[in-house]
Amino acid sequence: MAERAQPVSPWPGVGAAALVAALILGTLAAVALRADAAGGFGPADWAALRFTLVQAVLSALFSAALAVPVARALARRRFFGRRALIALLGAPFILPVIVAILGLLQVFGRAGWISDILSFFGLPPIRIYGLHGVVLAHVFFNLPLATRLLLQAWQEIPAERFRLAAQLGCDGMAMFRLIELPMLRRILPGVLAVIFAICLTSFAVALTLGGGPRATTIELAIYQSFTYDFDLGRAALLSALQLALTAAAALAALKFSRGDGFGAGLDRAIRRWDGGVPVLDTFWILAASAFLLLPLAAVVISGLSGLFEMPALVFRAALTSVLVAAASTAVLLMLALPMAMAVATGRYGIVELSGILGLAASPLVIGTGLFILIRPFANPTALALPVTALVNAVMALPFALRILVPAARDVVTRHGRLALSLDMDKKTFFARVLLPRMRPQIRFAAGLAAALSMGDLGVIALFADPQIATLPLQIYRLMGAYQMQAAAGAALLLLVLSMGAFWLLDRGGRLHAET
Amino acid sequence: MLKLDGCVIENGGFALQADFTVEAGASVAIVGPSGAGKSTLLEAIAGFRDLKQGQILWQGQSISNLAPGKRPLAMLFQDGNLFPHLTVEQNVALGLRPNGRLSSEEQSQVETALARVGLPGFEGRKPAELSGGQQSRVALARVLVQRRYLLLLDEPFAALGPALKAEMLDLVAELLAETGTTLLMVSHDPQDARRIADQTVLVADERAHPPAATVQLFDNPPPSLRAYLG
Repeated sequence: MAERAQPVSPWPGVGAAALVAALILGTLAAVALRADAAGGFGPADWAALRFTLVQAVLSALFSAALAVPVARALARRRFFGRRALIALLGAPFILPVIVAILGLLQVFGRAGWISDILSFFGLPPIRIYGLHGVVLAHVFFNLPLATRLLLQAWQEIPAERFRLAAQLGCDGMAMFRLIELPMLRRILPGVLAVIFAICLTSFAVALTLGGGPRATTIELAIYQSFTYDFDLGRAALLSALQLALTAAAALAALKFSRGDGFGAGLDRAIRRWDGGVPVLDTFWILAASAFLLLPLAAVVISGLSGLFEMPALVFRAALTSVLVAAASTAVLLMLALPMAMAVATGRYGIVELSGILGLAASPLVIGTGLFILIRPFANPTALALPVTALVNAVMALPFALRILVPAARDVVTRHGRLALSLDMDKKTFFARVLLPRMRPQIRFAAGLAAALSMGDLGVIALFADPQIATLPLQIYRLMGAYQMQAAAGAALLLLVLSMGAFWLLDRGGRLHAET
Repeated sequence: MLKLDGCVIENGGFALQADFTVEAGASVAIVGPSGAGKSTLLEAIAGFRDLKQGQILWQGQSISNLAPGKRPLAMLFQDGNLFPHLTVEQNVALGLRPNGRLSSEEQSQVETALARVGLPGFEGRKPAELSGGQQSRVALARVLVQRRYLLLLDEPFAALGPALKAEMLDLVAELLAETGTTLLMVSHDPQDARRIADQTVLVADERAHPPAATVQLFDNPPPSLRAYLG
């Protein structure tokens, strides 16, 4: 196509990418320089490393193993509410971690629903704190992700394969071995690697359900050396270790998620002739739905009764969260949109690279680095909210780019030549063609960024002093003070705010979308 | 007069040579096997491709270094000739003012052009509400208000049925006659060339041959054209 003239300028995007790279690499350098290597790793640090790896491996294994029957059931059954259920599988991505944890506590906790049932039969209650609690929460978040990835792979198997297998007389098990097992062998390593990488940087889950010497992740250890010991050297050393881990895991995830496809099909609607056992599929679908919906229902139920017990602090924190989310969304769009445009011109792969840098660095590592960088010049606590908004934006950047880049590329290829031949300038192309054409994707990215920032409990915990809090942090503090009613009410408020922000930005865009 | 002076255009694996002139006001078809470089030639003239060698002149002035929108030509592509989110009126208006608002005098030019292509009163519609033929007419209305000396057509009517395509070509021929515009038109179909173009450029064997009279060329085709026509 066009080899020289472009209707958009790549330079703002290159500038934005340079800023992001400077922020991430700068904070990493600060961490590396400040790391107290002389101290070396103590037994507690090794324990944190071991726990981080063990919980991530277990979380990945359980999520993927349970996702296989659920995805298979969803792939071969058609039933009322199937689309809604698949849409629901996307919800945990923007669900605030602290909200999910309150819901899980309500269902699986010591005083939760299942423990109540057990005590009715005279059995002891479940203990949710520790390794199994952390893994349970991670499975709650990642089972839907694994199911969606597998379901997609299942649906990409050409219908012709199933027709051929049915014609050859393959029954359920033979069909599984012939068609589905090879697909799983190809897809599962990538799924495992992605979930493993996600769970490595788990902070909020470990903060609330883990803790203690036997259940501390590296992220949590970074936080603890900050808040309990104020040992920046150790925090930096742990950050360096965390960085090596996440970078290796991100590379592995990228490597494993490649693979050959199944060959092309003619896109026939998939029809399956292997009946299998409907009861089994029904069981898996119901079990997965219950596992996802019960904690959410618990948040709503206990939150409604707690709504009137919330202290005024909660409302101040909610306002803070809304402002941080709005700022974070604005920053994200100012970075992501120019970067997507630069990538769309086709010559700036380096921009894309700087966009995914955020995947390799964890929020707490960037937070630690920023703390080290800011401290000589200003009081980091005073900058808690701007820093949170900025780090949230950088963390949302890889996802935003995945949404925006294909759309920007499409608009530039489809309409770029016409705009050039009409002598349209870059500013007009941006305002009259690019923005209106990309509105749904921009809205979607903004909705994700707002919801992620609203629910984030990460950097803010490092920087905040007792006077200042976002809503997730306030909920955590209420939990710590055993004000569970108020925490439940605040969690419901946070759920409404996160989902509401996403819905308003994303759906609002669809309502006004021009065709 | 359009002059391609010793032009070499590279596109991936091959280099297309072009060295010929087209008289002002002529209508020229560009035919040849697919993949021979017909569109490449048009893209180079329109400024979407750099020349490896040579230059392109219009009335003796080199236009090779001008941006696509600054060249004295209008172009219609195979698809995507309208912005789907803009109204018919806004799409046509872009031909007059790509970056600003219209004066009321320009506004009436847009209306006149739409009436000329047979779409009076369609100003407020969106392209998706129009048939393929009507969309082509809107694009032609924009070409009309652009008032360029050269019109390049890269098979914009290929998706239309035979009767509709003939209708569009006849409309193009009328507009050309009214405005004295020079036409360069890529085509797969000898009928198109006979219908509208008095001259034809054959693109084959990595070369764009100088224009020849259409009727003689097709009645007595050289070997490379004969192989293509079958």
